[in-house]
Amino acid sequence: MSSRKEPEVPKKTKPAVSRRGFIQGVGLGTGALGGALTGTAEAAPQSAGGAVSGPGAVPFSLRINGKTHNVTLEPRVTLLDALRDSLDLTGAKRVCDRGTCGACTVIVDGRAVYACSVLAIDMQGRQIQTIEGIGTPDKPHPVTSAFVEHDAQQCGYCTPGFVMAAKAYLDRNPNPRSEADVEAGLGGNLCRCGTYVGVRKAVLDAARDVRRGRNA
Amino acid sequence: MPNYNWPPQGQRRLMGKRLSRLDGIEKASGYAKYASDLNPPNLLHGALLTAPHAHCRVTSIDVSEAKAMQGVTSVRVIAPAGTEIQWRGAEVAAVSATSETIALDALKKIKVQYEVLPHLVKEEDLKKAGPRAKAAGEQLTGDPDQGFKEADVVVEGYYGIPVITHCCLEPHGQVVEWKSDAVNMFPSTQNVTGIGGDLAKALELPATQVRVQMNHIGGGFGSKFVSDRWGIEAAHMSKESGGRPVKLFLDRETELTIAGVRPSCFGKVKLGAKKDGTITTWESDTWATGGHGGGGSPPIPYVFTNIPNQRKAHSAVSINAGGVRAWRAPNHQQACFMTDCALEDLAAKLNMDPLDVFAKNADLTPRPEVYRNQLRQAAELMDWKKKWHPRGQSGSGTLKRGLGVAIHTWQGGGHDSKAICRINPDGTVEVELGSQDLGTGTRTAIAIVAAETLGLPLNAIRVKIGDNQYPPSGASGGSTTIGGVSASTRKASVNSLEKLFAAVAPSLGAQADQLEAVDGRIQVKGQASKNLTWKAACNKLGATSIAEMGENERRNPGSLISAGVGGVQMAEVEVDTETGIVRMIKSVAVQDCGTVVNLKTAESQVYGGCIMSIAAALLEERVMDEQTGRVLNPDMEFYKLSGIGDIGEIVVKMNMEKEYDDRGVIGLGEPAAIGLNAAIGNAVANAIGVRVSNAPFTPDRVLAALEGRTA
Repeated sequence: MSSRKEPEVPKKTKPAVSRRGFIQGVGLGTGALGGALTGTAEAAPQSAGGAVSGPGAVPFSLRINGKTHNVTLEPRVTLLDALRDSLDLTGAKRVCDRGTCGACTVIVDGRAVYACSVLAIDMQGRQIQTIEGIGTPDKPHPVTSAFVEHDAQQCGYCTPGFVMAAKAYLDRNPNPRSEADVEAGLGGNLCRCGTYVGVRKAVLDAARDVRRGRNA
Repeated sequence: MPNYNWPPQGQRRLMGKRLSRLDGIEKASGYAKYASDLNPPNLLHGALLTAPHAHCRVTSIDVSEAKAMQGVTSVRVIAPAGTEIQWRGAEVAAVSATSETIALDALKKIKVQYEVLPHLVKEEDLKKAGPRAKAAGEQLTGDPDQGFKEADVVVEGYYGIPVITHCCLEPHGQVVEWKSDAVNMFPSTQNVTGIGGDLAKALELPATQVRVQMNHIGGGFGSKFVSDRWGIEAAHMSKESGGRPVKLFLDRETELTIAGVRPSCFGKVKLGAKKDGTITTWESDTWATGGHGGGGSPPIPYVFTNIPNQRKAHSAVSINAGGVRAWRAPNHQQACFMTDCALEDLAAKLNMDPLDVFAKNADLTPRPEVYRNQLRQAAELMDWKKKWHPRGQSGSGTLKRGLGVAIHTWQGGGHDSKAICRINPDGTVEVELGSQDLGTGTRTAIAIVAAETLGLPLNAIRVKIGDNQYPPSGASGGSTTIGGVSASTRKASVNSLEKLFAAVAPSLGAQADQLEAVDGRIQVKGQASKNLTWKAACNKLGATSIAEMGENERRNPGSLISAGVGGVQMAEVEVDTETGIVRMIKSVAVQDCGTVVNLKTAESQVYGGCIMSIAAALLEERVMDEQTGRVLNPDMEFYKLSGIGDIGEIVVKMNMEKEYDDRGVIGLGEPAAIGLNAAIGNAVANAIGVRVSNAPFTPDRVLAALEGRTA
């Protein structure tokens, strides 16, 4: 299913430092990604200290869950692979690896982004939030708790991506009125076990809990 | 012998209630570690080189340049010169390296030359299959010729259901390390107890030398039972790299190309019936493929097995494509589709409500009363009588609504399972067994059974699964897990509790058989004031834990579990006759699974089964290219799963009435995923007035059917 995640066509795109030619094409189709790419394609070469980065590993830093992480990575490494392989932040999953399924969803500067479809080096200077950063098993985020309460997961491999997409959606749309609203907001994530019935209820419930938390 | 029976339905504290899964927070917060999430020290990354042709022979392979690359630790030739390859995507070579990018670069340095051979990758047209279609002998029951002669009405239809893939979100693979003589394997598997022996055999090691551990699996659906070529090669690469762990998971394209498919089924079905809808005669001529090894043979006529006159012919077609693996309810979706679509066509020809035709013919099934009851219940939940209209009479607008029904069955039963229930002197309780939780909620179900038995809260039980050092428990396939583990856990818990009763009876001035475990206490039956708290009772054990075994034997299951269930599923769809788009309005699933252990996760299984069926009915199809022999959609943008906006309303009713509950625990995963595919096909026909023969019911096929073209 095509993404319905806040579609947004970038005004101009420059060639990004890319390990995959398809990224820009995908960027046009998947709104969150398109938005993320616009700024970073221009910003990255400057912050990497020259006109050309790589092909070998280069040092740079990423701001993740409020902490700065210094990494040395090839420019072709995606944000997803950097998170999973270099920083052991494995809540974001690699499933389709090309911006379709949303299992790798993280929040960058307040917007849901497919971490498989942006390059880590392009994420310098951005505020990156991963599933690990919004709660822990001991102190879960209200969206996470609602997913458990409504059994909005089975194998659970898509779930962290769903939770992040739901959080990003509720951050911008705190008052979804119906399951149809939720469906529109989470159209960019896929589940194989078939947990959508629980997801619809969980997100509506979480919206209520988040509002209560804000009012408290 | 102790009394292992389940407590009476009204006296259960936990079983049958809606309880949240115990590992839910860990998974939903992203902290759960799947095999593909493991990053042990010194990890190497593996990658596979796969064949680019559907049928070819390797004429030369040169890995020297890859081997020489910095960072590459091992290169393995899987298909040496001379190897004949029967499908695109087959494993040719494997590489391990210090990073994934180096491993992928190294694959590009491997030089392979192929002699391309002729291929067959499509089976829809049986005539083109020639000698690659192998006919099974014709099967005859009764006298079909006479049956058709005497029938008041004869209806003949063509139906097709394509190859689809498992598309597990966590791809197949593992982390594995082979150090000196011992192998540690961290696979994504449905078979924690068994996969170690499978790998040991391939590596020519004693089974004792392979340790298997897995906490979570990101989907299996029948495709993850064995160690596979990639597991074996990853182990070898670990050994060749000085015992460093190697992570090798398939990329999405390979996952969708070689890691398992559901067989197709195509063919003609002819039914003879009396005017009142009673079916007398069945004739089918079908074919299927599941890849190079041929295809599945669906059990048709499905459910209505006692049709008196039958003639059946089936051919298995070998094609050059990745092979079949068990796909949730193997052969049953196909069988249901071929049978229940034909029944709907019969009803339409007789101008009868299909609900009446299904109910009338329930006598031809092994459980007429169950199906009649479920048809009634489902019809009420769907508001069928109010909504149903004769085929095609759906108004003059371009949006046409229709209803469809299908019925299904699954055997289930419980696999072999041994469990240990350990009661420690500090009051803690552990249940250990070599099982796995596929996302069905097995871990939670084990805890529920133990807690129910021991009179403890759910969180008092520590469930230890996912390790082949625990007592052996069967692979999770065929919906046999809940039966196996609930029976073994119940027996282990009862056995351990009896030991505890014996240990504390003297302090309570009673006999062991006068004691009961209730609400965290051990008390004398009928004299609740004479009691010890659970912890105080356990303290009496001194320094030694109780650890008793419980066993479920597949062939001798006893009264705790059973096998064989019925289910009815209904669909309401809306078809846009201008665009051909089919939209789900509502689904209803009424399902029998005997004793329900956890109502919340049981309902989730049925919701999930319905949603998988919606995807199979409307979206999923592995598309092969006749010219190049490749899968055209080995990715998730063109191999489509249903999204959250595609499913409509879903209503699930679990049959928990006494007569169902009395049967004991029965598996649920498979049956829930069978009927809706056919029900949707029937609903589309009811909506638009013509049958769309081939699933999935995509806009092009719907429009073609409306125009009278073959679809």
